[in-house]
Amino acid sequence: MTGLVAVGSFAAGMLGALTGLGGGMIIVPMLTLVFGVDIRYAIGASLISVIATSSGAAAAYVREGYTNIRIGMFLEVATTIGALTGAFLAGWISTSALSVIFSLVLAYSAYRSFRPREEHSIDGPPDKWATRLRMDGTYPTPDGMQPYTVHRVPTGFSLMYVAGVLSGLLGIGSGAVKVLAMDQAMRLPFKVSTTTSNFMIGVTAAASAGVYLHRGYIDPVLAFPVMLGVLAGALTGAKVLAGAKVQALRTIFTVVIVFLAVEMAYKGLRGGL
Amino acid sequence: MTNPLWRTGRWSDEHVELFIGNLLRWGVILAAIVTVIGGAMFLLAHGGTIADYHVFRGQPDALKSVSAVAQDAFRLRPTAIIQLGLLLLILTPIARVALSLLAFAKQHDRVYIVVTGIVLALLLYSLIGPGI
Repeated sequence: MTGLVAVGSFAAGMLGALTGLGGGMIIVPMLTLVFGVDIRYAIGASLISVIATSSGAAAAYVREGYTNIRIGMFLEVATTIGALTGAFLAGWISTSALSVIFSLVLAYSAYRSFRPREEHSIDGPPDKWATRLRMDGTYPTPDGMQPYTVHRVPTGFSLMYVAGVLSGLLGIGSGAVKVLAMDQAMRLPFKVSTTTSNFMIGVTAAASAGVYLHRGYIDPVLAFPVMLGVLAGALTGAKVLAGAKVQALRTIFTVVIVFLAVEMAYKGLRGGL
Repeated sequence: MTNPLWRTGRWSDEHVELFIGNLLRWGVILAAIVTVIGGAMFLLAHGGTIADYHVFRGQPDALKSVSAVAQDAFRLRPTAIIQLGLLLLILTPIARVALSLLAFAKQHDRVYIVVTGIVLALLLYSLIGPGI
């Protein structure tokens, strides 16, 4: 079983990187639907893999200068409190309810990731919180370093709390909600949103991983092929992404993800997980 | 490490970013190496066990706390070595936050000392606190 889990996790990691959904969104349905793993073990293993891929990718992005560490640090207050809330709730919610919530978040994340992205124009005065917290920054573009301002910090902060709760509850990175908060609410440049979101995912996941460890959700024999498989898959996916026909791949993956979401909701409602 | 912050004494944002990048990379590499060693030892001792994860039983106490995992890893128990690798992975972002706290302290950035301190306290509470 270890070998099969490792191969499946490799595929999930690659899929996660190529779609931008992250490995966790694919790992939990794979482990529960294909391998019949209890969703609590699946969430524990997924959280671990999320920390690995996020930290691995963040190492590169931080050095390239896209990541805004101050914004990340400030919003991590919201995501870590959210993650602890989510991990707490996970101990009380039935596994059926967990499956149904998971499938809803999966469907939503897929919808977000397949929408076209548009860069917004920089408009209006910056938020007073952004100024006080010195969040405005610059990022590299083909025309040199571009400055940007930050908007609607309280809205972004609240959305980040939600992202943290989902991460702690479902063992995912909740990249889609994090990007929603930074891209849509705070109006950061897209590349800054995605890299800062990725930067925060590791800390958010680490906040709930401690709780999951004490609860006995993290099984070493299951988690090690998952972690190593997803990490290798994500690294390969990032390499493939550079030269692949992304649009065609995305269409195929949408079908897979919609199928997974429906299947998880169905099994959850039937009490099959 | 290519960027010894404490030797140059330069704590500008760019230097800190470089150092954080290195810290994250080496944290993941170290965690992966320890996990691979533990995993290989487990597979050599037990082969391809068909474990049953269909029913949730939780983990024995020896695999649920930081101190117990560290103790058993030193006794070379394969599952504890894997768990130690996973713990190192959980510690990687926590170390990153601790480093940020140090950097903000060196920059005398009071607001971010408080912000980062809150995050670090929450992370440590989750990992070694009394539990929720």
